[in-house]
Amino acid sequence: MNDEWGYEWGLPVAASSYASDIDWLMGLLHAVMIFIFVAWGIFFVYCLFRYRARDGQRASYHQSGESASFIPDALVLAFEVWLILAFGIPLWASIKQETPPAKESLTVHLIAQQFAWNFQYPGPDGKFGRREVSLVSAENAIGLDPDDPASKDDIITINNLNVPVDKPTILRMTSKDVIHNFQVANFRNKQDLVPGLETMLWFEPTLEGKFEIGCAQLCGLGHTKMVGNVLVQSEADFADWQKQQVAERTGTSSTADAGSILPGADSRS
Amino acid sequence: MTDAHGHAGAHAHGHAGPQGFIWKYVFSVDHKVIGIQYLVTSFLFLLVGFSMMLLMRWQLAVPTPGDDFDPEKLGMIRGLLNWMFPESMPFGFMDPVFYNQLGAMHGTIMIFLGVVPLGVAAFGNFVMPLQIGAPDMAFPRLNMMSYWTYLVGGIVIMSSFLADGGAPQSGWTSYAPLSVVAPAGQTYWLIGMVIIITSSLFGAINFIVTTLNMRAKGLTLGRMPVFCWAQLVTAVLLLLAFPVLEAGALLQLLDRVAGTSFYIPKDMIYGATVFPRAGGGSPILWQHLFWFLAHPEVYVLLLPAMGIVAEIIATNTRKPLFGYKELVGSLCVIGVLSFIVWAHHMFLSGMRTSLANLFVTTTMTISIPSVAVLTCLLLSLRGGTIRFNTPMLFALAFLPMFGIGGLTGLPLGFAPTDLHLHDTYYVIGHFHYVVAPGSLIALIGGTYYWYPKMFGRKMNEKLGKVHFWMTVIPMNFVFFPMLIQGMYGMQRRLATPTDQWHNLPVQGWSMLIGIAGAVLFVGQLPFLWNFFWSLKHGEVAGANPWNATTLEWACPSPPPHGNFATPPEVFRGPYEYSVPGHKTDYWPQDEAA
Repeated sequence: MNDEWGYEWGLPVAASSYASDIDWLMGLLHAVMIFIFVAWGIFFVYCLFRYRARDGQRASYHQSGESASFIPDALVLAFEVWLILAFGIPLWASIKQETPPAKESLTVHLIAQQFAWNFQYPGPDGKFGRREVSLVSAENAIGLDPDDPASKDDIITINNLNVPVDKPTILRMTSKDVIHNFQVANFRNKQDLVPGLETMLWFEPTLEGKFEIGCAQLCGLGHTKMVGNVLVQSEADFADWQKQQVAERTGTSSTADAGSILPGADSRS
Repeated sequence: MTDAHGHAGAHAHGHAGPQGFIWKYVFSVDHKVIGIQYLVTSFLFLLVGFSMMLLMRWQLAVPTPGDDFDPEKLGMIRGLLNWMFPESMPFGFMDPVFYNQLGAMHGTIMIFLGVVPLGVAAFGNFVMPLQIGAPDMAFPRLNMMSYWTYLVGGIVIMSSFLADGGAPQSGWTSYAPLSVVAPAGQTYWLIGMVIIITSSLFGAINFIVTTLNMRAKGLTLGRMPVFCWAQLVTAVLLLLAFPVLEAGALLQLLDRVAGTSFYIPKDMIYGATVFPRAGGGSPILWQHLFWFLAHPEVYVLLLPAMGIVAEIIATNTRKPLFGYKELVGSLCVIGVLSFIVWAHHMFLSGMRTSLANLFVTTTMTISIPSVAVLTCLLLSLRGGTIRFNTPMLFALAFLPMFGIGGLTGLPLGFAPTDLHLHDTYYVIGHFHYVVAPGSLIALIGGTYYWYPKMFGRKMNEKLGKVHFWMTVIPMNFVFFPMLIQGMYGMQRRLATPTDQWHNLPVQGWSMLIGIAGAVLFVGQLPFLWNFFWSLKHGEVAGANPWNATTLEWACPSPPPHGNFATPPEVFRGPYEYSVPGHKTDYWPQDEAA
């Protein structure tokens, strides 16, 4: 544990509802892997020592234990079947195939581009303003339709995702240009964002604080700098933030002037 | 290489070898010369790919200028880098575009121009016809064409550095649409890949036909050495998997140069406007086509290495391999299963999520024959009298190193844990353990093992052992920390990982990796020296320097044109060592009872 020198190891702080399940599995798998490797390694080193060439010794031609040699295969197979049935299928389904009920969750649209994350919140009306590809411009990064009444109170942020703690957030994601990947290591989840396709990622944060979003799919020269933050707030703080955003939004012009509400990437520690 | 050449056997076979340097050593149709051409060329490419990685590791060790950075006092290395790459590495700090170029080229070179040609084409060409007792490959001219096609493909790919906008920069995986909109270097990559794939197909057909049709009398499939089995399965994989990537690459080429949109979806925006001709394509289609090749490709990298290890272990334990049938069966099962695991690279690609369950299951299944191979090779040590010569050290090191590579595949192939580890340094650590301390050291072991057959002299044992320790130890310091960084969530393909604060706690490991990488590079110098020095000064090897049983040791070293003075006949299995009652502890396959 030496932060200063950068030689930390293990898993980063877990901050989502399913992170503990994944960490438990990660621990189990690595314990089994280390056990197999060490047990195997001890036998290996023993063989190298015990059966080294010595004068006058002749190797034994006959083999024994041919059927016993299938025991490791069978044990590994049994372990893997158990792993798939007990954890693989149900855990995968609960994280990737099922979505928490929309009514009890915050839904946010995420539109990635080289090299930024654009978030669209529906605002108090709970409706997302229409996006239209022909409206995309430098000022209107996601192509929000200003004539759509639902878009009037939408909140647009760049690289900053504010969410309430202990409540699921569902991201409906796509990309404008190339493939990106939304990763928050503390949430133990990630998902590709593919142009022409909607993908989903949900998480329920369990810790308040700031967590870094990184792009995990090579997306061009700015790939490294395609970062953002998830700011997990208490329910009350999140409500305040949302109110303030809407006030700013309805006070200004109806096109999404995202730059004015950009909290600034340099606030990162 | 010429002084130990004998020509006695060539005429006995009815056709003389070609005369004159050009036809004998350059445009040769002799499988042995072609094998050595492949060996030298692929080692050169490996050196190039390794050098690129050293530049990248330099960048990753110190990604940005520190507080004490002074552009007036760069120091020797920074000064040199600044002088060599004034545009792409000013003051010794790498431009991210250059980083992406080196990353894509490192992967492409190491896999398609380095390890595959070394494992399959170099050893397959040189050893396989000898091991089955054939005078040459079935189609010698096709064989020659395969080498020259490969060389042209390699030159096309390398020349992409001269292209407008530089070398390909979309990763060795070339994911669309990034690759479709990338600068011209990507077109070179695609054309080069089509040429290289064509070369591999020439080789694959030749290998299959040769193995099936040209075996010596008495050499039934059940008596064939494991190495030949591995080459046969590999050739089938190449034949069935590579055409899919060839088609995929041609489609991407059309997307780039002919205005099609196989991989470009509707409404894709590029450069703030809708991309012209966008529509109808799917970026995920490329990933399916790519990985349909690239997963069997992993086994193309691995199977020849397993074959080599099996040969070396049998020879140097002086006993039969444990479970020959189980080994061969496992290799075949791996070959079949390798075609139905490809989408485990795509759990998070946007592919229908329920499909993950199928691919998790097939991926877990393919671990079983791999466990069986390792078990058989491990149990082969039991009851032996192990000789620790250089080839054996490399073969033995393959076992635990491939073990780590295989085991770390488990949390990646298992979808819930892949959620965290996908596209992190854990992946890099995992597949490098499979390919570098795994396959590659087995191939280096193979070089020490068959060098006497190639050149008539043994390589120096002392230098070989120095090379061994200077390779295996640094390799672990390079690749193990990557597993730690990946576990902490550091993504791959970042030119400056320190731009992301979640990576800072594990940045220190990159310094260790950089130093170990440099040591690894220095550790290859004894090998380089040994390889050339031993051509003239190595201990003269007879036909059978290791007292081995398989057919390649039945002909002179180096074998003359046509290989065998008289066609050999086979009387027994490949690994009859220490047979009770036999006068020596080895009983060659071709020795009449």
